[in-house]
Amino acid sequence: MDIVVCIKQVPDTTDVKVDPETKTLVRDGVRSTLNPFDAFAIEEALRLKESAGGSVTALTMGPPQARAVLEEALAMGVDHAALLSHRAFAGSDTLATSYALSQAIRKFGRFDVVVCGKQAADGDTAQVGPGIAVRLEIPQVIFASGVKEVHKGRLFVERITEEGHELVSVPLPCLISVVKEANVPRYPSFSGKVRAKRADIPVWGPDDIGCDPGRIGLDGSPTWVDRIFAPPVKEGCEPVQATDANVADVARRVVDHIEGR
Amino acid sequence: MSIKVIKERCTGCGLCVHECPVEAIHMPGGKAEIDLETCILCGACARVCPVDAIDFEKPKVCDRSSLSEHRGVWVYCERRDRGLHRVSFELLGCGRGLADALGCELSAVVLGQGASKFANELYEHGADKVYAIDSTKLAAFHDDAYAKALEWLALEHKPEIVIAGATAQGRSFIPRVAARLETGLTADCTELAIDENGNLAQIRPAFGGNIMARIMCTCARPQMATVRPHVMKALPRVPGRRGELVKERPPAKALASDIEIVKTVVELAGEQNIADAELVVSGGRGLGKPENFNLIEELAEVLGAAVGASRTVVDEGWISYPHQVGQTGRTVCPKLYIAIGISGAIQHLVGMQTSEKILAINSDPDAPIFRVADYGLVGDLFEVVPKLIEEFRRLKTS
Repeated sequence: MDIVVCIKQVPDTTDVKVDPETKTLVRDGVRSTLNPFDAFAIEEALRLKESAGGSVTALTMGPPQARAVLEEALAMGVDHAALLSHRAFAGSDTLATSYALSQAIRKFGRFDVVVCGKQAADGDTAQVGPGIAVRLEIPQVIFASGVKEVHKGRLFVERITEEGHELVSVPLPCLISVVKEANVPRYPSFSGKVRAKRADIPVWGPDDIGCDPGRIGLDGSPTWVDRIFAPPVKEGCEPVQATDANVADVARRVVDHIEGR
Repeated sequence: MSIKVIKERCTGCGLCVHECPVEAIHMPGGKAEIDLETCILCGACARVCPVDAIDFEKPKVCDRSSLSEHRGVWVYCERRDRGLHRVSFELLGCGRGLADALGCELSAVVLGQGASKFANELYEHGADKVYAIDSTKLAAFHDDAYAKALEWLALEHKPEIVIAGATAQGRSFIPRVAARLETGLTADCTELAIDENGNLAQIRPAFGGNIMARIMCTCARPQMATVRPHVMKALPRVPGRRGELVKERPPAKALASDIEIVKTVVELAGEQNIADAELVVSGGRGLGKPENFNLIEELAEVLGAAVGASRTVVDEGWISYPHQVGQTGRTVCPKLYIAIGISGAIQHLVGMQTSEKILAINSDPDAPIFRVADYGLVGDLFEVVPKLIEEFRRLKTS
């Protein structure tokens, strides 16, 4: 079983603050981290390898320092890693990103399962996984809560629905996007960390993976950010002591709001 | 699109450095330098520069003649149980405004067995036209088949704009449609409008809701966007309003699926799905122990609200994951959100801070939850919540 896990380095959103004076993003001291959802994807990929055999390759696209998340994946037990990094990729939206990642996956040659996290914590779009699946012309299982088995060329996967969950089967190769419920990610081992630091991780540009230059970066991105601005400021409230009178007052205001008065 | 500093003109005044929302500009040696890895090409620096030293070419140059054959606003209308998902009507309300601004038709798209029977209801909510693919092949939702069917329709009729609900269904198949059509898709928009050039301006939160971005898709069609439930307003229903029904029959291969559903388990039987609920009552660690969740359930029942929970109590196993609100759970934006015994960690706040109104009850007056709340009560929740339940019961009967 050849498994590819696509991961992303994101700013730690809990660190991102808006300067109250200038209403701009304060990025000083914002750490970069492995997208929290991707830890579940890596773990699920490793479990699939442990049950079905084969190897796991971690793939990311980003600036050179995105190597850090690949090292994290290697430390957890992933076998190989590759980094897409080049100026020409900068400014890629979800369409261009999924194209670039799918070209890299094609370069690996064989692949049976592509694993992604549910979404990236910075963009929250959940669009790159389905985008890769379309480019690779393979079916997908979005919001997978666990791979159950591989049987007769099909992958049996449980997924979360709005009302509960369901078990589905899809032919291989396929793509799954994994939710938190799927597993508890393992900690990287010490020897894994050492191996990861020393690992020779290839860095690929668009030519290495046969990208059409018009389909990556800003040129390959139909969407672009026209402007950014501070969100409407929520003042918050001055909480009051929960006396009988205050509770009654809040209850009345809440009911008025619900009923649209 | 490109941006560069014309060094000869730059006076090093530093205005652009202050204006840049992402701190991508620095002044080594007294001349502005833009870090293109960080720059989001918003153009704020070019607008503020007093000496026009920043050369910023904004929208991509594209051949607009091929775009003009795309016409009309489409709303994908999701089905739920035997009816339509409420977000369908909300999006028709929003789509009506867009279609009127463009002077074009508003169409509703319904897929699946018995799709045509919703036509009258959709006209009465603002649609001029209904595209229906009434096929037994689409009876169950399969993202691959639904994506191909909607792609087929879009290639056939060339809409200018397609909007859909950011529900579990929309999030699984709309990105496939956009990728197949090689067009842009903006997720979770909070506002949609037509700009002065007739393009769709899409506003959405970015960086965990810390900032808002206006996203454009000027060179590809259709312009696609998703919107969460409860964000837009449905129009009042106009009984008797009628339109045109277009029944389509795509070729069988456009409706085929590789996915097989082996077993479906409904966990929220008789309960509301929090992502769609109009009212949500959530409990957190302040409840002390799992049995005390009864209090949350009782309050939810009085209001007819769905039950939510913070990550901690879901991790502790007090309540199942479909109830979890927050970054690793569901994002909700109900009309009213009540947070009980939840301090308000950022992971929780990003999942609920866009709610229309928020009531927080906590024993700590400095709890971060009060910073996003509209109403705050400080006290012992075991005293406050029963009082609230009593008040709500009284107000309901009076």
